[in-house]
Amino acid sequence: MTVKHHLTDDLLMAYSAGDLPEAVNLIVATHISLCDECRAALGSYDAVGGAVLDTCASVEMAQNSLKSVLDMIHAQDSQVQDKPVSAMVQDDVLPAPLVDYVGGGLENVRWRSAGMGVKQAILPTSKHATARLLYIPAGTAIPDHGHHGLELTLVLKGAFQDEGGYFGRGDIEVASEDLNHTPVADISEDCICLAVTDAPLKFKGLVPRIAQPFLGI
Amino acid sequence: MTNEVVPWVDDMVAVRDARDEAAFIRVFGHFGPRVKAFLMRTGMDAALAEECAQEVLVTVWNKAHLYDATRASPSTWIFTIARNKKIDVLRKQRRPEPEDLPWGPEAEPDQAEVIGLQQESEQLGRALRDLPEKQRELIEKAYFGELSHSEIADQTGLPLGTIKSRIRLALERLRHSMK
Ligand SMILES: [Zn+2]
Ligand SMILES: [Zn+2]
Repeated sequence: MTVKHHLTDDLLMAYSAGDLPEAVNLIVATHISLCDECRAALGSYDAVGGAVLDTCASVEMAQNSLKSVLDMIHAQDSQVQDKPVSAMVQDDVLPAPLVDYVGGGLENVRWRSAGMGVKQAILPTSKHATARLLYIPAGTAIPDHGHHGLELTLVLKGAFQDEGGYFGRGDIEVASEDLNHTPVADISEDCICLAVTDAPLKFKGLVPRIAQPFLGI
Repeated sequence: MTNEVVPWVDDMVAVRDARDEAAFIRVFGHFGPRVKAFLMRTGMDAALAEECAQEVLVTVWNKAHLYDATRASPSTWIFTIARNKKIDVLRKQRRPEPEDLPWGPEAEPDQAEVIGLQQESEQLGRALRDLPEKQRELIEKAYFGELSHSEIADQTGLPLGTIKSRIRLALERLRHSMK
């Protein structure tokens, strides 16, 4: 499997810096779980963070600081850390960060119908951006729409095609204000995506506008 | 191994492999004040930054077994812990992390690999210091959380290519060793 559509450098850097909303962090972490190239790129941005830490000024620690830290490590050394769900569940479709948010594998996703055979499940993140899993039947189109903000779509299963190209498992589409598109799921297989938006989408045409409240986007 | 070029690696490895408290105290002495300064720049007051810096150093001790010198310099690794603390405390949200690469059967860390990565990290630090003032400020602001991602525009001038390929190499060897 080769990933062809990657994260942008500003997203990687902002993820490394910790400046993104939780939902965006989730899709970045999920893409990196499937993509060595972006994992390596993240490593270099983390290295920039390390260099920033090294070169930034230092502020003296409190007098009893070392003692409290040593006390803490002595007290904690025997404690066993809780393992996240992802350490126990392996899923063929959902990488570990999604297993954590779903609370299990694909069979644990609580889908709700969004009309036209499309199903969605909104994942619990902070309100600044929304993460949803989308289930799009083979050959189905998501209505033509533009964006008020950022929209990121990562393919987990199957594939879709739109004006931006062909997106298979691991590929991520970064769509911003200037992109109008009509993603169509590949005819050969139902498509499952993780989609993240940081502002409502704007649909064209009447029917999709009616569908919008159902999609909740 | 002692190496003048790669400070703190030996100490981190001693903390990891031997639970060496003296080495940990040296790591604390160097990184504690830096982590505290970093956290204050991200918007914490001195008291909160002190408390959080202490917790970051406790995490360094507790998670030392995860430190891999072929994948990150000590400053890089400790930065990621401090950053996660910042997100946890200031943003009060979880930080989804990428799936861990499964650990291979005791892939013997290649010393040349370790030194190469550490040297590149040093080089990166020098490059950062040598950047034109404005550009360095932009990068620092991004890492202190003073810029939104749409404002993070121009990051050219940093030699990320070499360090990226070094990390990539380490990933490939890791994957290879699992086959
Ligand atoms: Zn990628
Ligand atoms: Zn869209």
